[in-house]
Amino acid sequence: MNRAVRVVGVLMLAGLLAACAGSETKEGGEAPEVIRGGEGAEGAAAGREGTEGAATSALPDGGGVRLDSLDDPESPLANRIVYFAFDSSEITPEAQALIVEHARYLALNPGLRVVLEGHADERGSREYNIGLGERRAQAVRRLMLFQGVSDPQIEVVSYGEERPADPGHDEPAWARNRRVEIVYQR
Amino acid sequence: MAETRFFLRILLLLTLLVWGGSARAILQIEITEGVEGGIPIAVVPFGWSGAVPPESDVAAIISADLARSGRFSLAAREAFREFPRHGGEVHFENWRAIGVENLVVGRVLPGPDGGYQVQFQLFDIYRQGDGTAGDASRIKQLAGYNLPTPRGGLRRAAHTIADLIYETLTGEPGAFNTRMAYITAVGQGEARRYALRVADADGYDPVTVVESPEPLMSPAWSPDGRQLAYVSFEGKRAAIYLQELATGERRLVSQRPGINGAPAWSPDGRRLALTLSEAGDPEIYILELATGRLTRLTHNTAIDTEPVWMPDGRSLLFTSDRSGAPQIYRIPVEGGRARRITFEGGYNAAADVSPDGKRIAMVHRTEAGYRIAVMELESGLLRVVSQGRLDESPSFAPNGAMILYATEHGGRGVLAAVSSDGSASQRLVLQEGDVREPAWGPLPRH
Repeated sequence: MNRAVRVVGVLMLAGLLAACAGSETKEGGEAPEVIRGGEGAEGAAAGREGTEGAATSALPDGGGVRLDSLDDPESPLANRIVYFAFDSSEITPEAQALIVEHARYLALNPGLRVVLEGHADERGSREYNIGLGERRAQAVRRLMLFQGVSDPQIEVVSYGEERPADPGHDEPAWARNRRVEIVYQR
Repeated sequence: MAETRFFLRILLLLTLLVWGGSARAILQIEITEGVEGGIPIAVVPFGWSGAVPPESDVAAIISADLARSGRFSLAAREAFREFPRHGGEVHFENWRAIGVENLVVGRVLPGPDGGYQVQFQLFDIYRQGDGTAGDASRIKQLAGYNLPTPRGGLRRAAHTIADLIYETLTGEPGAFNTRMAYITAVGQGEARRYALRVADADGYDPVTVVESPEPLMSPAWSPDGRQLAYVSFEGKRAAIYLQELATGERRLVSQRPGINGAPAWSPDGRRLALTLSEAGDPEIYILELATGRLTRLTHNTAIDTEPVWMPDGRSLLFTSDRSGAPQIYRIPVEGGRARRITFEGGYNAAADVSPDGKRIAMVHRTEAGYRIAVMELESGLLRVVSQGRLDESPSFAPNGAMILYATEHGGRGVLAAVSSDGSASQRLVLQEGDVREPAWGPLPRH
């Protein structure tokens, strides 16, 4: 909770900075100033100490200054991997919170697009695992659509077991490989 | 029987290095389990005459082929008491003494244009001959051929001889003169490179068909052996290509939103079964290659994938988890009701059908892991034929006698082969990286 509040603060400040830099930002719609109106004041106060890192990490990007919560390592949006149980595409409550964060952000920034990359662990047959990866990515997609993201913003690609995050052959590796990666297209 | 065990031990120790064109070891074949009661046979090193020694050891290639089939027990060269090059030089008692029942002798003679004449004879040491010439008259010649062979063609000639011996002694066609396709992945993370390669069935002479920094998957042979269908993620999304092996020319046949996967050629080579997910979930379709006409075969919210044609082309098998877990189903080619055909175990997937249409090989989960199982379609009897933990991608030899599959060994993906009855097995180890998804090509057409 504490972290979430601080993050809101980060977003608020980032929003302010983005507003200042607004004239140079091409896709103004992406500036996240509108995120979570109600909780603002308190969050901003609580979050101030954590903001500097976020701002500096975004600024050296050169050219068009683009302060984006996507580049903020403290933002919940920095977390872009959804994990799944074995042979399951069920979204855990924890994963749901993460997906909703991304969905809100995407809904507010209709110019942004994501690829949902579905993955599976290595056990079993490869093409069936492509199916499993797809099913996981579709589960994430449906939840995003439900949150107001428009269909053309989302593309689904399943890699099955072909692109493991962890090359190991044991339970911990498999747990890291059963995932959907939310990949922003920029 | 004592002799058989002796041969078995030798067989178990037999490790063959297979050399690439550049004399670099590409695949190492390790016989992991020999068969007891295999047909005892000796292949004598072939004699040669000519200024330059032949490019390949024909007898060694024949021996390796026969050993890999699991149907033979090969006598070791060290045990030989003589090295005859033709029937007239054979003294049968020298072979009976070391338990050999069948003997192969031959020689390589110079032929026109730098080529060769490869002659060989197969004898049954325990049967009477017809009394023609010399000592050979006292034993029975089962086969004898003279093979005109072009330069560079000795390996092929050796595989042909192994096929002839196999067929003479087992009554079934051999499949040594065939090729396999497989996928390799070398390097980790961003540096990972994928390749689709084709090699002789003994791992020799690998050729890269396509290479990519993005995954390649699911190679499938056209029935005439001239083309491969495969899945490529180049461009960061899945697409199915057909590629002519001789020219390298390729054709994009499917790139729809979502999955484009699991291509499988119809026996007549005119259609491709495949998996698409543009309807929202993976479904089986049939693509007519000449017209591009696409017909949807399955209608189910489950995962339907991994289609494979029955040899008569009238129905297909596929994997579906419509019952809650993946099982194999059968559906008529014109569509209609799919019938479940696997009931043993909670995970059966990636079926391949034997060439006679009587058995299927598939990935089958046991308590010890994912293994290859063979099931008789008529009886439903199932037999686990592999011993790994992560075995997958079974592919029948075109004579049905063996199954290639992918397994894990020493933390790496390697290929393995097992006789269809599970009695003999071997590993094919690439020098570097992971190897997987073997697809055994068709018999050459004459």
